[in-house]
Amino acid sequence: MRKTLLESLTHGSLTEPAPAPDDAALAELAKTVDRAAQAKLGRSLAIRQVDAGSCNGCELEIHALSNAFYDIERFGLRFVASPRHADVLLVTGPVTKNMRQALERTFNATPDPKWVVAVGGCAVDGGIFKGSYACVGGVSDVVPVDLHIKGCPPSPTDLLKGLLALLEQVGGKG
Amino acid sequence: MGLLDHIPHQGAEPSHRPWPRIVVADEGWRAAIDQLVEGRATLLGFWGESAAVHMALLEAASAELAVVTYECASGSFPSVAIHHPPALRLERTIHDLFGLVPTGAGDTRPWLDHSAWGKSWPLGHRNGARDAAPYDFLPAEGEGLHQVAVGPVHAGIIEPGHFRFTANGEHVARLEQWLGYTHKGIESLMQGASLEAAAKLACRTSGDSAVAYGFAFALAVEAALGIEAPRRAILLRALMAEVERLANHFGDIGAICNDASFALMHAQTGVLRERCLRAADAAFGHRLMMDVIVPGGMARDMSSYGIPAMRALLAEIRKVFPRLIELYDNTASLQDRTVTTGIVKPEYVRQFGAGGYVGRASGRDFDARRAISYAPYGALSFEVPVLEAGDVNARVWIRIREVEQSVALIEQILDSLDDPGGLQTALPPRIGRGACEGMALIEAFRGDVLVWLRLDHELRVERCHLRDASWFQWPLLETAIEGNIIADFPLCNKSFNCSYSGADL
Repeated sequence: MRKTLLESLTHGSLTEPAPAPDDAALAELAKTVDRAAQAKLGRSLAIRQVDAGSCNGCELEIHALSNAFYDIERFGLRFVASPRHADVLLVTGPVTKNMRQALERTFNATPDPKWVVAVGGCAVDGGIFKGSYACVGGVSDVVPVDLHIKGCPPSPTDLLKGLLALLEQVGGKG
Repeated sequence: MGLLDHIPHQGAEPSHRPWPRIVVADEGWRAAIDQLVEGRATLLGFWGESAAVHMALLEAASAELAVVTYECASGSFPSVAIHHPPALRLERTIHDLFGLVPTGAGDTRPWLDHSAWGKSWPLGHRNGARDAAPYDFLPAEGEGLHQVAVGPVHAGIIEPGHFRFTANGEHVARLEQWLGYTHKGIESLMQGASLEAAAKLACRTSGDSAVAYGFAFALAVEAALGIEAPRRAILLRALMAEVERLANHFGDIGAICNDASFALMHAQTGVLRERCLRAADAAFGHRLMMDVIVPGGMARDMSSYGIPAMRALLAEIRKVFPRLIELYDNTASLQDRTVTTGIVKPEYVRQFGAGGYVGRASGRDFDARRAISYAPYGALSFEVPVLEAGDVNARVWIRIREVEQSVALIEQILDSLDDPGGLQTALPPRIGRGACEGMALIEAFRGDVLVWLRLDHELRVERCHLRDASWFQWPLLETAIEGNIIADFPLCNKSFNCSYSGADL
């Protein structure tokens, strides 16, 4: 174990420089972020991820945000275990009808001010699962969405760009 | 074939490939169930259509496969699950989707249908609607028992499902799962879809197994049409399948250790996993390699960066991974959590035909790559690790050994990729003789994936069923946790890493 730890200390860092915030995401957010919230939260957001019926591809890439290359916590963004601790809900999937109520309850359990980020092609409008008897068809049909991060699945870099845009708006720079 | 000799049948469906499909009446259906109950055959799949049910069987001794069909003239079929419990969730699903009634069944609760779809039996022809009733969990009685309800929204970044624990103090007396939360209606979306659209849906059945599902779907189509992909495409498919296996095994090994609070391993394997995905992106233009495999071959060739990216990946794994194995092996506090935790009994993995590391860690020596020996695995050399202990530790070690085998396989494939060759065998624009049927069984990282389909004369999907390995692993997780403490559930669960989406469809 010592060898592995020592090498981690002596080797250069794997963490990559931050990508620039996504312009399209900044534009989408400019309309929604409340000035009062900016002052309260600063540059620190607690994120609760909710899988509303995804294929689990988005979850894999959201997980990757915590690895050494992306190291999401350096931006003040961190994943929390309960909606009651969260500022942001990161929602994936076409919102299956079997998950609709759970998503609504999770949203209601999250204290204000809060933001909802819909992640992945199917979270926009159902994507490839659009039209199924078992899917609602998009996160915004169930809870209000502040930002969409598209892709199937979006890469960790795309996710970071979107979340950094959210952070800039909330942090009062926008 | 020996198996079919014991099952009286009326004839075989001529267009079903590569294994036979027979149509049986009550007597034959009962004989097929007896084969399962007596352990001569393993249930590989059980699925419905609007007026028929099918069982895929694997003969344990000869590793031969067959499909047995029962036509439900009166909208019902004799229950399989009442005699053979591994069929239970699949049987409840058949009822949920098609409205076909398993006669004599003991457990008739819905499985995927949570009374939220706005209709009953969405894929069947049955009219009317089912009564919506609250879901009844199985009772557990005794002094000092209490229940803990977990989910569908869990604490981590994972898929949704409900776990109902009945515990006595810290010890779990019973776990019952209730899944179906991620049911998207994939099989309904497939009906009438073009091959292109259906292949995309197959890749998104379970995102962590996008390659395996794409591979299995393509092989089933090719079997139905009686064609074969070109050699280069076959090799590249296996290359992607092994990279996918590596990425998932690295993720799992780290996540299991992380659930025992050993974050160092998680950080290290997280780096290896990311390197796999980056190599995949460089070679095939998508980190999870979705939509690269298509029926007939490959949608595109490996890029010119592919070979150097794969070679660099292998070199990195060879350098780092042995040290991580040593770290796992020499950390007593970690072994204290994984050894003897969450034991799955060998008789259960045999009865359920549990595939992947769940089966192989409990002595079931089955790997579709070797048993079916689909191309190109027949021409490659690899070993299938098997252990007997059946605990979390054994499931970690199976993954460790499989990482080593996948590295060796990728090396062999890279060495064989000499000739540029074609990538796509042309599909016929239509088929003259009417519908045709195909089936494939592929070894995904978590176990065997089965795809069965029927194509119409214009090559549209008439019916497609996708069966994830998780169907036969989830129920064993219920047995593995019994007598363990609730705090060890995340560890046991992660060591299974069953798919929710793949089994909910």
